[in-house]
Amino acid sequence: MADALLTIDNIVKRFGDNTILDGISFSVKKSEVIVIVGPSGCGKSTLLRCINALEPIQDGKITLDGEVIERNSKTLPLLRQRIGMVFQSYDLFPHLTVLDNILLAPCKVQKRDKEEVKQEAMSLLERVGLKEKAKSYPRELSGGQKQRVAIVRALCMHPEILLFDEVTAALDPEMVREVLDVMLDLAKQGRTMLIVTHEMQFARAIADRIIFLDNGKIVEEATPDEFFDNPKTERAKQFLNTFEFDSVRAKKELAE
Amino acid sequence: MQDLAVNLGIDVLFKGTNFIRLLGGLWTALWISLVSVAISIPLGIGMGVLMTKKNRILKAVLRVYLEFIRIMPQLVLLFIMFFGTTRAFGWDLSGEAASIIVFVLWGTAEMGDLVRGALISIPKHQYESSEALGLTNTQTYLYVIIPQTIRRLIPLSINLITRMIKTTSLILMIGVVEVLKVAQQIIEANRMTSPNGAFGVYLTVFLLYFIACWPISMLAKYLEKKWS
Amino acid sequence: MDLNAIAEYLPLFGEAALLTVKLGILGIIFSIIIGLICAVVQYYKVPVIRRIVSVYIEISRNTPLLVQLFFIYYGLPKVGIPTDAETCGIAGLAFLGGSYMAEAFRSGLESVDKIQTESAYSLGMNKMQTMRYVILPQAISVSIPAFVANVIFLMKETSVFSAISLLDLMFMAKDLMGMYNDTVEALCLLVGFYLIILLPISIVGTIVERRVRRAGFGS
Repeated sequence: MADALLTIDNIVKRFGDNTILDGISFSVKKSEVIVIVGPSGCGKSTLLRCINALEPIQDGKITLDGEVIERNSKTLPLLRQRIGMVFQSYDLFPHLTVLDNILLAPCKVQKRDKEEVKQEAMSLLERVGLKEKAKSYPRELSGGQKQRVAIVRALCMHPEILLFDEVTAALDPEMVREVLDVMLDLAKQGRTMLIVTHEMQFARAIADRIIFLDNGKIVEEATPDEFFDNPKTERAKQFLNTFEFDSVRAKKELAE
Repeated sequence: MQDLAVNLGIDVLFKGTNFIRLLGGLWTALWISLVSVAISIPLGIGMGVLMTKKNRILKAVLRVYLEFIRIMPQLVLLFIMFFGTTRAFGWDLSGEAASIIVFVLWGTAEMGDLVRGALISIPKHQYESSEALGLTNTQTYLYVIIPQTIRRLIPLSINLITRMIKTTSLILMIGVVEVLKVAQQIIEANRMTSPNGAFGVYLTVFLLYFIACWPISMLAKYLEKKWS
Repeated sequence: MDLNAIAEYLPLFGEAALLTVKLGILGIIFSIIIGLICAVVQYYKVPVIRRIVSVYIEISRNTPLLVQLFFIYYGLPKVGIPTDAETCGIAGLAFLGGSYMAEAFRSGLESVDKIQTESAYSLGMNKMQTMRYVILPQAISVSIPAFVANVIFLMKETSVFSAISLLDLMFMAKDLMGMYNDTVEALCLLVGFYLIILLPISIVGTIVERRVRRAGFGS
């Protein structure tokens, strides 16, 4: 575990009497892509939010490269700069153009040279196919385009790890692909990523490891092939079954 | 204790019927605003409905009326009514009557605008889905539109009451004996014995207004939250 | 109507109008400052101070300006706090306006989605940077209609200043009516000058509002 970049050590998260995360531990190595799956309400989004200290945790420890991530600590903004996060939706700043959205944090927070960041931003935008949208406002973009911009915005901070919180869940079906393609591309570049998603085929394609979360606990941790072909636990099997549809027509024919 | 009361000019309130007189002044302010609201609400509803009609001339006339009433300070309106119209038309108008007329003109404009806002804020599909369900025009208004507008309107109309009550403080300027005028009289009459009366008495008037308005504001806020 | 009387009184009304505008603008500037502070305190739910702010807002919103002014102008000197009429007018207007501005800004701040703050935080911004670059610019555009309404409301409220012996437009009108009995002329001048002051604000306000709406921030 010496080469772990991000370590989650036995964290517990409660909302009142409700335990959302109940002793979660795992670690992410550099260049590793981990996909977290599980039924709605299993705590997977909360887990990502805890890693970025958007939610307080009641017990346990989260460390990035040996440094503890804590709410209300002075170093938190510095640590957050090293963690990129993309949300489900509506997280672009609506009063800024696409380019200004991307430039804001590198220029104001990291105090980097504006021209240099601009060049980088433009080449990243080109890479995700949105170079000509640099001067547009978020409201002029489709959902898929917004999410690609959000990814570029996170990348421009040069994060060591990227967190994706159901980034395609609010999109129209035809726009899901363009966003997932960008993420696959990032994985190929060797980026360290932690992804929460409902897209099972995508999870299988991109993940080095799958973590299956249910009721606030890690139920299964396996390679994609193991998890999808031979889930070891009953709960994982049930969960994967919810993605299958029995043909109604076949049943009708059987009944006849 | 006695000294402190004298220093702060609170002792005046306990002399004779002074405090009762202040309450009497407050009552004048309250009944004028309540009567004005009671007349403004039906007139305002009528005006609001008229403003949603398509007639261009009607719309323009109402618009000018609304804008003029809204842009002029209420005190100016009171002056026009009390000094201006009596002079121009030679009739006789008491301060109370002038106040009620101005408050009704103002309240009708405000209420009309609220009603118009509430009516146009009902999404078109509410009308369409009522129609699709086979409701008649009257039924649509009765069961669908009016219940929705009323929920929006009640908190806003209650707020109008507090605004009226606060505005009644102005009618002192056209010679109506309301709470501030009574306060002035009390301070003046006790000038020798309680030179600091102005502090205690005006503080009391301040608190009286607060006690009159605050519960009403709270009610409006509560209803707004409950129905939003 | 006596046009000569109007011509004679015009310069006096002009001066009075300038006083009204001056006190109004100063009062509004202080209202904005008080309002911004109160709104930010409420937005961040700062303990204790937040209670004080909400008590202030309730008191300020539920009492008339005229009564506030009487208390400040005639009452406070009795307990050793001297006040001159102009300061008193500005202070009264700011005391009243602060709460109205606070409500306008607060509703603007609250309209900004929580995810905006979170994505700013996750980009490594601190609280100040998030407020300055992300929340305030969006909140202000939402607050503009209420803000414009408040500016007009406060300008109108200055009409009670004559009660604390400030030589404003109302004072002039009363003077003209009382001394020379030129009631109609006085009222015409009064209405005319208030229109000159208030109409431009109202028109500019409408234009700004429309522009903001066209920019259509948010989704």
